[in-house]
Amino acid sequence: MAALRSSARLARSLRVPPPSFARTYATLNPAVAVSEATSQSTPVKGSKGTVQEPAPSKEPKIKTFHIYRWNPDEPSTKPRMQTYTLDLNKTGPMMLDALIRIKNEIDPTLTFRRSCREGICGSCAMNIDGTNTLACLCRIPTETTKESRIYPLPHTYVVKDLVPDMTQFYKQYRSIKPYLQRDTPPPNGKEYLQSPAERRKLDGLYECILCACCSTSCPSYWWNSEEYLGPAILLQSYRWIADSRDERKAERLDALNNSMSLYRCHTILNCTRTCPKGLNPALAIAEIKKSMAFT
Amino acid sequence: MSTSRILQTSARRALIRPTSLVAKFAPPAAFATNTHYVQRRQVTQQVSQSTGEEILAKQRLRRPVSPHLSIYQPQITWYLSALNRITGVALSGSLYLFSAAYLASPLFGWHLESSAIAASFAAWPIVAKVLTKSALAFPFVFHTVNSLRHLTWDMAKQITNKQVQQTGWAAVGATAILTLYLAVGL
Repeated sequence: MAALRSSARLARSLRVPPPSFARTYATLNPAVAVSEATSQSTPVKGSKGTVQEPAPSKEPKIKTFHIYRWNPDEPSTKPRMQTYTLDLNKTGPMMLDALIRIKNEIDPTLTFRRSCREGICGSCAMNIDGTNTLACLCRIPTETTKESRIYPLPHTYVVKDLVPDMTQFYKQYRSIKPYLQRDTPPPNGKEYLQSPAERRKLDGLYECILCACCSTSCPSYWWNSEEYLGPAILLQSYRWIADSRDERKAERLDALNNSMSLYRCHTILNCTRTCPKGLNPALAIAEIKKSMAFT
Repeated sequence: MSTSRILQTSARRALIRPTSLVAKFAPPAAFATNTHYVQRRQVTQQVSQSTGEEILAKQRLRRPVSPHLSIYQPQITWYLSALNRITGVALSGSLYLFSAAYLASPLFGWHLESSAIAASFAAWPIVAKVLTKSALAFPFVFHTVNSLRHLTWDMAKQITNKQVQQTGWAAVGATAILTLYLAVGL
């Protein structure tokens, strides 16, 4: 059954889209993809005869990428932009595919974080073409005349190339005590129950993957990251403030009630604009401010 | 140990060993298929915990800060926010400056009374009049209009991406019209 399903999927992926289909974004050319996949796996089997020459694309779509580089082994040299060119016909549709292809085939010294390649781990957060996003969720614009620029998350300490130092971010996350705090045992002796309405309050909050795209898009966080918690951490804080099972709402609000932790938010709203998961940190912060003002 | 497990571990060992089948055949295969796979050599070295921490501490001292203002995409969100701050500073700054000058004017013999200013202003050419008026009206109008957005946001309303852009451009439009009215129409 599984074999049937996978072969069906293969057939579907081999189906060539109709020529009238206007493509705005890079899609993987099925024929090239298959031949590249076999060329990778065949050497192990030693069956060279079946390896097909990857069809050289007739109209190569050469896209230029400028990528921020800095090497900690040469700390005195300034960060620089390095230029790479890729044929989009041979590259997957996402920015992460391009980065991985550069690392595999052009320059193995290029350093970046990546893990899940589907926008759930938050590792590949970086600044692509001016906005913070996850490389795995960001399509490569197919206009080859426009050159793409990739930087690490803005105003962070750079560990190497596109890898930012997240120590402060995680410290701040720890400081808001991101776990359920209760003194009373569950009423039924088993579990803490919530009504559907109470559970619905956590929608749009629990999905946050802590990729730090929003925090590092916030000019206020750029200038005050030592003390201001930033949108991501405040959204997480609100996730526990809004939780009906948590019994430390007052303490949580009290911890934010100073000039820096929360009130460095000047409703610039870059956070909501940039969130790759489509969440709304600005709304969460506004709700915290409201609950501080009206209690 | 199951057979599959044994197979797996031996395969892994074969991969690790530099003279494995893969290392022998990968370059010719890559050459034959006209694909370029860069060979990576493992050059990791073991260091003690304390040495590692020393290296880390040294690295942290030298780490650059990644670029921010200069590379972030111009968006209506943070551009209007910056403009709100600038117009606020301009408004309060000019108020302080004028008040201080007005307070000190008897000492220096300046004439900053309304009638004197109005009289000298009336003698200016029309272009200078309009420019001065719009330069004074713009910060006031924009800061006032944008403050309405801020008051709405403080009620946790109109705070989605779409609404923020709509109200942002509406604020820009209202500022342009009102500034023009104050500069020319009044």
